[in-house]
Amino acid sequence: MKNAGFVGELLGRSDYAIIGEIVEPNTKVLDLGCGEGELLEWLAANKGVEARGVELSGSKVQKAIARGVSVFQCDMEEGLADYPDQTFDYVILSQTLQEARQPRKVLREMLRVGRRAIVAFPNFGHWRVRLSMMFSGRAPRTSLFPYEWFESPNIHILTVQDFEALAALEGLTVERRYFLSGRRKVEFLPNLTAEVAVFLVRRG
Amino acid sequence: MIVAAGTARFDAIALDSGATLAPVEVAYETYGELNAAKTNAILVLHAFSGDAHAAGISAEGGKPGWWDNMIGPHKAFDTDKYFVICTNVLGGCRGTTGPASINPATGCPFAMSFPVITIGDMVRLQSMLIDWFGIARLLTVSGGSMGAMQAVEWAVAYPDRVVSAIPIAGTTRHSAQQIAFNEVGRQAIMADLDWNEGNYYGKQPPARGLSVARMVGHITYMSDDSMREKFGRRLRGKENFSFGFDVDFEVESYLRYRGSQFVNRFDANSYLYITKAMDYFDLSNGHVSLAAALEKTAARFLVISFSSDWLYPSYQSQELVRALRSRNRDVAYVELQSNYGHDSFLVDVAEQTDLVRGFLANTFEKAQ
Repeated sequence: MKNAGFVGELLGRSDYAIIGEIVEPNTKVLDLGCGEGELLEWLAANKGVEARGVELSGSKVQKAIARGVSVFQCDMEEGLADYPDQTFDYVILSQTLQEARQPRKVLREMLRVGRRAIVAFPNFGHWRVRLSMMFSGRAPRTSLFPYEWFESPNIHILTVQDFEALAALEGLTVERRYFLSGRRKVEFLPNLTAEVAVFLVRRG
Repeated sequence: MIVAAGTARFDAIALDSGATLAPVEVAYETYGELNAAKTNAILVLHAFSGDAHAAGISAEGGKPGWWDNMIGPHKAFDTDKYFVICTNVLGGCRGTTGPASINPATGCPFAMSFPVITIGDMVRLQSMLIDWFGIARLLTVSGGSMGAMQAVEWAVAYPDRVVSAIPIAGTTRHSAQQIAFNEVGRQAIMADLDWNEGNYYGKQPPARGLSVARMVGHITYMSDDSMREKFGRRLRGKENFSFGFDVDFEVESYLRYRGSQFVNRFDANSYLYITKAMDYFDLSNGHVSLAAALEKTAARFLVISFSSDWLYPSYQSQELVRALRSRNRDVAYVELQSNYGHDSFLVDVAEQTDLVRGFLANTFEKAQ
């Protein structure tokens, strides 16, 4: 029998496996902070999507373009401004919301240029994070949050419940939510047990 | 690599100014082979002082082409896969009709009676050559600097005829600074008494003026960093200052050398006409905005700029990218890190090669 909770990996990542599952074929997709464009390349090849990416790192943009993905070098918080409303079916933000200077504004912009937003982020409410802080008395360091506080790009850390609260505040509808621990889905107390959360949201 | 060169002759070309040039000739070279379906043709577009000799070693002079590091087997524009065409621009002096050509009405060189030309005119002549080859659509149009201007003009003027465009280190319109540098060059030529209102053919050409114009040009093609690295304050063949106005510094020697070399291969009147064409260039002309102009194109774009290029700074490439994005066109963009200034697209090509190769392979595959 197939293990219902098993997600597996896409390109070595379980959140990508979820995103690969969510995205409908032949849609228009924008990936913010797309890195070297692996996910977009996969979506273009396997789902026939019209793929676009934004990435700040020049060397990553180069690799993405060299693999044939249309990526432009830009800050994700500025990169959306030029797009007309509702240009994309999905705007993906994978593991980057916590690095945004203005996460609320980013989310709003995502839902301006896209009909749906797919947001994946590491859950700061995971029990290991809580224990790490409780016992060490220092900014938590775990496999998901591996950085020293002074080197961390994560400037707006959030939990599953934090995201739910922001979605409610913005009046968003959460169409689907996935909670991951390793390569498995978890459903029980996700704010404690999920390492990574993936939300599919739309406005209204 | 299969290389061919030739000159095509057409009865006439109608120009943006309203004038007609008849007849008109265009010099071209090709590299590689056109496939049976004629879907692998690429047009590369030269910068201000370039010519049709883009790759390989020329029969006369044995010189490598201006983009020989980008065009050839296994290079960015892989001639094992693609058929690459390069032409000398209209108004040029390297085989295509220009001010030094004979005016059939008088039997004398046109000189300043040559009609003023535009980037649009250059592109129109290229399109006539592409017709002549029987090619319906180009896989890509690509070039740096003025070549980039031609590439974006192609995408807008002939939207059905280009699958993609790769403008490098370019702009969609000349800025005040770019016009200013061109005007200094033109004034240097016209201030030379040998220029003689453009009538110097068969006599002493305005070598000093053209040479000074080229010296100014070369400064704008480099960067502060690359000049410091290449010349610093080193003296030329001496230990101490001459306390005179002969060459003291390496950089003076270099500029004088480049200036004097240029005189041997370039026509001063072509300098005037081609720089004017660049200055007139504004892709948004006749449209409410740049984005509106780009509305017409469905081409895929790869836009490249260079960090140290202060003549065609990245913001100009970004203007193009933003306008394309506002119309949701397919555009990839990156600013490459290089110290070589505007010349980067000619000399620092390792990363540029990876980008172009990947982009082209993907575009070619999608277009089949």
